[in-house]
Amino acid sequence: MDFLELLQMFLSGTWGTIKLFTVALVGSLVLGTVLAAMRVSPTPVLRIAASTYINVVRNTPLTLVMFFCAFGLPFLDIRFGSTSSFNSFVYATIALIAYTACFVAETLKSGIATIPVGQAEAARAVGLSFGQTLNEVVLPQAFRTVIPPLGSVIIAMLKNTSIASAFNNRELISAMRNAIEVRGDLVIPLLFGTAVAYLILALLLGRVFDYLERKLVILR
Amino acid sequence: MRVESQPLVSMTNVEKHYGDFHALKNVNLDIAEREVVVVIGPSGSGKSTLCRTINRLETITSGSITIDGKELPAEGAALAELRSDVGMVFQSFNLFAHKTILENVTLGPIKVRKLSKSEADKQAMALLERVGVAHQADKYPAQLSGGQQQRVAIARSLAMKPKVMLFDEPTSALDPEMINEVLDVMEGLAKEGMTMVVVTHEMGFARKAAHRVVFMAEGEIVEVAEPEEFFTHPQSSRAKDFLSKILTN
Repeated sequence: MDFLELLQMFLSGTWGTIKLFTVALVGSLVLGTVLAAMRVSPTPVLRIAASTYINVVRNTPLTLVMFFCAFGLPFLDIRFGSTSSFNSFVYATIALIAYTACFVAETLKSGIATIPVGQAEAARAVGLSFGQTLNEVVLPQAFRTVIPPLGSVIIAMLKNTSIASAFNNRELISAMRNAIEVRGDLVIPLLFGTAVAYLILALLLGRVFDYLERKLVILR
Repeated sequence: MRVESQPLVSMTNVEKHYGDFHALKNVNLDIAEREVVVVIGPSGSGKSTLCRTINRLETITSGSITIDGKELPAEGAALAELRSDVGMVFQSFNLFAHKTILENVTLGPIKVRKLSKSEADKQAMALLERVGVAHQADKYPAQLSGGQQQRVAIARSLAMKPKVMLFDEPTSALDPEMINEVLDVMEGLAKEGMTMVVVTHEMGFARKAAHRVVFMAEGEIVEVAEPEEFFTHPQSSRAKDFLSKILTN
């Protein structure tokens, strides 16, 4: 196997990682926001449900969450497509979303706590409902204040996509393993190459968050 | 000055406790349409609390508050609707920090009154013009002076076409040179017949614009009188004591 073939293998692995990451990013931001909103809601049932979910899932190792999704869901006959590779992809993204959403929710909740009470009071005084107050005034400001810590959560998720390699997913780590199998003589360069690929992705992500932080800063 | 019809705001036997602290003691107050009521009193007397109970930003322990004959509803859609008819101006302005001046004024009309963006923009620009900050419409709140921010806050309330406006110490956080620009706008509103409840230390405003002065101390309404009467012949010793402290400096 020559260099070009190895490179192609890595590129398709990187693409697999990016796919997992992108779907999980959107999903965990959405679920995390919903969980954060539930945690500050005036309805006790919602608050308790969200904090129970967060406490349980956040304190479970991601590998175990993956096991639950990759083996538990098929056992319950929950499938999303006809091919096993597509199902594996969906199971892995569900696990990543379920797990990362907890950290997104906790980060957002700390952001909500920094928004002056007067902001929500003014929104309610204008006649906005609880949901509108959250959507229009509190959450947009909370998101902006937590961009740096949220960046760390998202970068951690990028690296956590690697765990999906153990569950029949094609991404960077599985590409590396395949490459090492055929070119064991290149094991050290292949390990470094993989590390560099993650580094590039994470640094790019960091740049995006730096940009958002500068762009969306709130003057007070 | 009193109108003999049904009061617009009516507080009956209102009590408020914060744990052991008795914040409002048997408060009874009727406010007629087009009436301007100024609430004064030493700090901790419950005047801000009274103001905030009228749109239920503070809940009450017992008693009743009605607006336009309707009892204040519990938290929910009905309360949100009622609040949209009650304007509120805060001591610390509370403009939405992540929205432009124009967006601050149009948010309520678009989300609550369901105006189109262009209608809301047009109305907001007219209001900003009126309070003298139209040229700042695209800036963010932190880029404006305190006096300008408070005038925007008044415009934001007016955009909802409220039946009554509550002012909770609207000039207390302002530098002295900016107080008058805000009071001028408030006096204009009073002249036009807006129903207003104003918690303030500005005795000049009370004399010029108020129909009645409500003096509070330790959670109670101690005295209610027309401004001239109150400032020249306060009846209670607590009012005399309070006036002597603020009018000497």
